[in-house]
Amino acid sequence: MNVNQSGLDKFKENILSLGRSFTESYLRSGKPTSDKSRTAAIVNNFFLHVQGAKTHINTLRPTYTLGLGLISLFLLIITIVSGVLLMIYYNPSIENAYNSVKDINYVVFAGKLMRNIHKWGGEGMIITVLLHMARVFYTSSYKKGREFNWIVGIMLLILTFGINLSGYMLPWDQLSYWALLIVANIIQSPKELTDSLGITGLFDIGAFSKEIFLGGLNAGKEALTRVYLLHIMLLPLFLFIFLGVHFWRIRKDGGLTKPDIYEPKPWDSNLMSVPDKKGGIFPTNKTYGLMELAHGRTPAVDKDVENSVLSWPNLLVAELAVFVATLAGVVVYAFFIDAPLKELANPLIPENPAKAPWYFLGLQELLSYSAFMGGVGLPGIALLGLALIPYLDREQDYVGTWFSNRQGKLVALQALVVGTIVNIGLLVFTVNFGWFRSWWPKVPQLLITLINPGNIWVGFMIVWSLWVIKKTGSTRMGAIALFTMFVVSYVIFTMMGTLFRGPNWDFFWSTSQWPVH
Amino acid sequence: MSSEAQDKSGVSRRDFLNIAAFGAAIVSALGMLAGMFRMFKANVHYEESLKFKIGKPETFPSGMSRKIDDKNLFVLSDEGGIYAITAICQHLGCTVFATEWGYQCPCHGSRYDKDGNVIGGPAPRALPWYEITQGADGNLIVDASKEVAKGTKYKFS
Repeated sequence: MNVNQSGLDKFKENILSLGRSFTESYLRSGKPTSDKSRTAAIVNNFFLHVQGAKTHINTLRPTYTLGLGLISLFLLIITIVSGVLLMIYYNPSIENAYNSVKDINYVVFAGKLMRNIHKWGGEGMIITVLLHMARVFYTSSYKKGREFNWIVGIMLLILTFGINLSGYMLPWDQLSYWALLIVANIIQSPKELTDSLGITGLFDIGAFSKEIFLGGLNAGKEALTRVYLLHIMLLPLFLFIFLGVHFWRIRKDGGLTKPDIYEPKPWDSNLMSVPDKKGGIFPTNKTYGLMELAHGRTPAVDKDVENSVLSWPNLLVAELAVFVATLAGVVVYAFFIDAPLKELANPLIPENPAKAPWYFLGLQELLSYSAFMGGVGLPGIALLGLALIPYLDREQDYVGTWFSNRQGKLVALQALVVGTIVNIGLLVFTVNFGWFRSWWPKVPQLLITLINPGNIWVGFMIVWSLWVIKKTGSTRMGAIALFTMFVVSYVIFTMMGTLFRGPNWDFFWSTSQWPVH
Repeated sequence: MSSEAQDKSGVSRRDFLNIAAFGAAIVSALGMLAGMFRMFKANVHYEESLKFKIGKPETFPSGMSRKIDDKNLFVLSDEGGIYAITAICQHLGCTVFATEWGYQCPCHGSRYDKDGNVIGGPAPRALPWYEITQGADGNLIVDASKEVAKGTKYKFS
């Protein structure tokens, strides 16, 4: 700074250097051109610092993560943006809701595309979150301190389902209304059990919960207000909280899981940029960072942290690529496929068949055996079983390896084949021969609640997994068998409800066989 | 704290006060939570009454059956009298429709006979019958909040 400068000169210089000084003030550590400043770019950035300054190469391998967690996050962001835009025109009242959605579809500029993006982004999340769970499971990533984070993940799965379902009810068309009514009655279904036990008179938990959910006795205006509240406020709020915890714990666990012994493959060099040590505090390749000493058994002297690369740019570029691909995928899909909108809700005429959204059609198949077991009992057992996996399988080997080992692959394959055959066999039997009530019309309800195809299937999964544990002497193998069968049955039951059930919930090979009505 | 004091009462004064203070804080917090949750249960439902008129007895001659759509109700009449059976499926709340042999639910395939007994599908209980009374103006009044025993038929003049 020249002392002879006049005040105006200084002012002029400040204006001319505005761009540079603003960038400097934002990037306090200078442009990310050296390893030091690249590290600082991550560590000093509020949004980026949830990620480590360095990333293990294994994390960057597409075949390890398949990018599923990341895709889920990006779909969430896409859904939030499109959802806020839809809120400009949507009106949550039973008088106006349907018309406002119709307006969005046919009048509002880009309204239909935005609604499609919102719908498919949200439903896409269900698929990617489920697949992400499968990835985490099959790579044993719920072990070694990540047990609780697995449970947080289960909460996120439940919230994903809940947000999707509550959104399904908002357009107030026939689909919305009958889904709302059926969900309300599923909430009421503990009554089936209390009736059988004869204790409904003491406290009707079913009717009480239904009334809390609907804000009354009927699916009407109060119910729409509550569902709207759930969809745009309560469930997203909890989703963000759990998501924050989910990411925070991944960071504290030292990033994603990786195999204990990691051999870089030739292809991995594509992921790495050349280390650049200029500008660091050490003149040579020495790294004494405390965070790097904390987890290893020996201090890493004179070499970089093993098999890790700087997150800037290696990780960020990969993330950007996934984001662009996700956004492109959703927009293209939404451009060609329209979100359904049926007639205005009519409480007098149920849809026939009245089908839930596809991700719940597996449950609806179970519901057609017993309302309580299908809607509350079996999903409860499944979610509890999923949540307890890390606590019931405490073997710490093979973390970060797909299917653990050769035996794991065989167990998974065996469970896939046996599960498919048994599950389809059970459905074929039920469709052909019916169940207790078709044989003995006077059978007590309690017997059907306790013994129906759904319960038998869940019982079979448990027995099979216990048998695998006994045979292999490994709880991990039992977990693989159980989880594989869970995935198999989710897919098969969902396909059954989606493709092969028609009017009156009868079996049809295809929708072209449905009777005209 | 002396061991003597503990021997006497089992809990020291300091511990007692600590427990009392934390206990009071937890109880009042739970009370607030309960109050917040209670807010979800509406005191008044601005909905149609469950008790409604269906017309004079002579509009239901013996042998007729009529569905009152907006009330989700079947009103039937035979030599035994007039009776009302709900059209709401006891499985998950869809509306059943009348068939030759009874009632069929379109949603999950529940089937009922003409008296509302479950004969197929997942429904956990029979279709309830409702109480019918006669008002001062001669109109019949169905009370959908009062279930009556199956086979209860009413004769009106």
